[in-house]
Amino acid sequence: MSFYDVYLKYKGFDFNDFLSSVTDSQIMKILSKEKLNALDFLALLSDKAKEYLEPMAIKARQLTLKNFGRAILLYTPLYLSNYCVNQCAYCGFNCKNKIARKKLSLDEVRKEAQAIASTGLKHILILTGESRKHTPVSYIKDCVKVLRDYFSSISIEVYPLDTAEYAELIEAGVDGLTLYQETYDQEVYMEVHIKGPKRDYRYRLDAPERACIASMRSVNIGALLGLNDWHKDAFFTGLHASYLQDKYPDVEISVSLPRLRPHFGNFAPKFTVSDKDLVQIMLAIRLFLPRAGITISTRERPQLRDNLIGLGVTRLSAGSSTQVGGHAIEDKGDGQFDIADTRSVVQIRDMLYSKGFQPVFKDWQAI
Amino acid sequence: MDDKLVIAGHELSSRLFIGTGKFHSHKVIPQVIERSGAQVVTVALRRINLDYPEENMLNYIPKGCIIMPNTSGARNAEEAVRIARIARAACGSNWIKIEVINDNKYLLPDNYETIKATEILAKEGFIVLPYMSPDLIAARRLRDAGAAAVMPLGAPIGTNKGLKARELIKIMIDEIDLPVIVDAGLGRPSHAAEAMELGAAAVLVNTAIATADDPVAMAEAFALAVKGGRMAYLAGMGAVKEFAEASSPLTGFLR
Repeated sequence: MSFYDVYLKYKGFDFNDFLSSVTDSQIMKILSKEKLNALDFLALLSDKAKEYLEPMAIKARQLTLKNFGRAILLYTPLYLSNYCVNQCAYCGFNCKNKIARKKLSLDEVRKEAQAIASTGLKHILILTGESRKHTPVSYIKDCVKVLRDYFSSISIEVYPLDTAEYAELIEAGVDGLTLYQETYDQEVYMEVHIKGPKRDYRYRLDAPERACIASMRSVNIGALLGLNDWHKDAFFTGLHASYLQDKYPDVEISVSLPRLRPHFGNFAPKFTVSDKDLVQIMLAIRLFLPRAGITISTRERPQLRDNLIGLGVTRLSAGSSTQVGGHAIEDKGDGQFDIADTRSVVQIRDMLYSKGFQPVFKDWQAI
Repeated sequence: MDDKLVIAGHELSSRLFIGTGKFHSHKVIPQVIERSGAQVVTVALRRINLDYPEENMLNYIPKGCIIMPNTSGARNAEEAVRIARIARAACGSNWIKIEVINDNKYLLPDNYETIKATEILAKEGFIVLPYMSPDLIAARRLRDAGAAAVMPLGAPIGTNKGLKARELIKIMIDEIDLPVIVDAGLGRPSHAAEAMELGAAAVLVNTAIATADDPVAMAEAFALAVKGGRMAYLAGMGAVKEFAEASSPLTGFLR
């Protein structure tokens, strides 16, 4: 049994018919329930539910405060390399794109680490383009060894790995995994992943579970909103998180809600995801999964991020750069996409305090 | 009223323990502690940030308070033991609240792993206060393992649902010769008063205070409720009767 079996159960399901038939009384009943099932969650993603955003927000806020308090974890991404062997239609790192490629040396990793650590952040997410050749597991492991001198928690966002490889990285000091399925729709997935190992839909889909099996402490999943009809991708994201939560109760499961951003290339998203849609997705996920972490990255602009505080968000990136060497290296590689919130860690910290929330710089100590 | 709680030789006049998670700012913690009168404060080792003074929670805990680090984040006994040892080094306190949770959905503690950790740490000289699901047999094993008190949950952590496990906690209070401190789930001062009326030695409150609109005022409200509940327990409450007892009995004419 893998999440793929859950996905297949919905293969013939008429999403449009279900979503268009949701009624007011159905939504009211769902909002009064303590525990939602999968179809309750889907109903909250319907157009009808959009008329109930305010009561959804009130309940989401209560659940978030109850479970997470007035604390928001801060982290920042550190790009180690932008070499990639995949041809993904929507990504700036697409191997066909003529961008400045770069891979940090271990000395450069240390410089980047020092620059980030000086802001007080203790949680870091390291990223690479998807190239086992340029950034093998051994390289990631070497980088982790350097980073452990500076950070109490290290997460990875790299190409999917085998269980044994995840275990190897955990042993080296990694405690978190972020891996986006991009889109859960297998057909759309094959369309946008034109060439490269990333075309293996199932290998990617099962990777978060392999990380759970390897005893990763926290696993963060998501879909890249805009690649497909967001109702379906948001639904499968929530279902995937719920599947992992139920099967691996010792792992902290969280979801990210990234929207497609401008990047090097000319891919135009087929589906738009408005701010209102994004808020609806976040509220529905909070109501469906009261204990799941929710991340909103610097892909979103400051005003929107600020307004999402308290509604469901539990983690924010801060002081981000998607460039390889973007924190301290002069000779930088090109970035993956444009970020929308360019505020510094101090500015994000002050914003959180002003809204009555505590920025958490350290929430885990790898031991 | 000279009513002290004694834990491992330490005399405490306050029976309200405070947690430090979920607040909107560390800066509010000293006021919360002051107004609550709490003498024991629990902090998660995973949140202690020694490298960044402004964000280091320990800097906000007044001198004189007993710092009780907790093993939040531990998923088994082995991790709890490692965290406890680091906590002792980092905080200079040999009090430890064992928290072993491997269920991220409901955050229910694992009594079996908790007993194992307690056994190891008590032998190492820690003052061990284990957080547990209310269960008499597990509490006896924790006592035998060297726990200085036991801390059953009133309801799942963070739920503010109150004393849902009342019957099981009452059995523990009646049967275990150790302080029983109700930890987790108490959402209102009245819940804390209820636990104290039941005979709990103390209560530990975090979420209800930390997420209140005015955490400082809520801390004081809890302190008053704990005092009231304890006083009522000591005063001895009247029995609950099934039938009303009229001051002029209906059968009085038979006398």
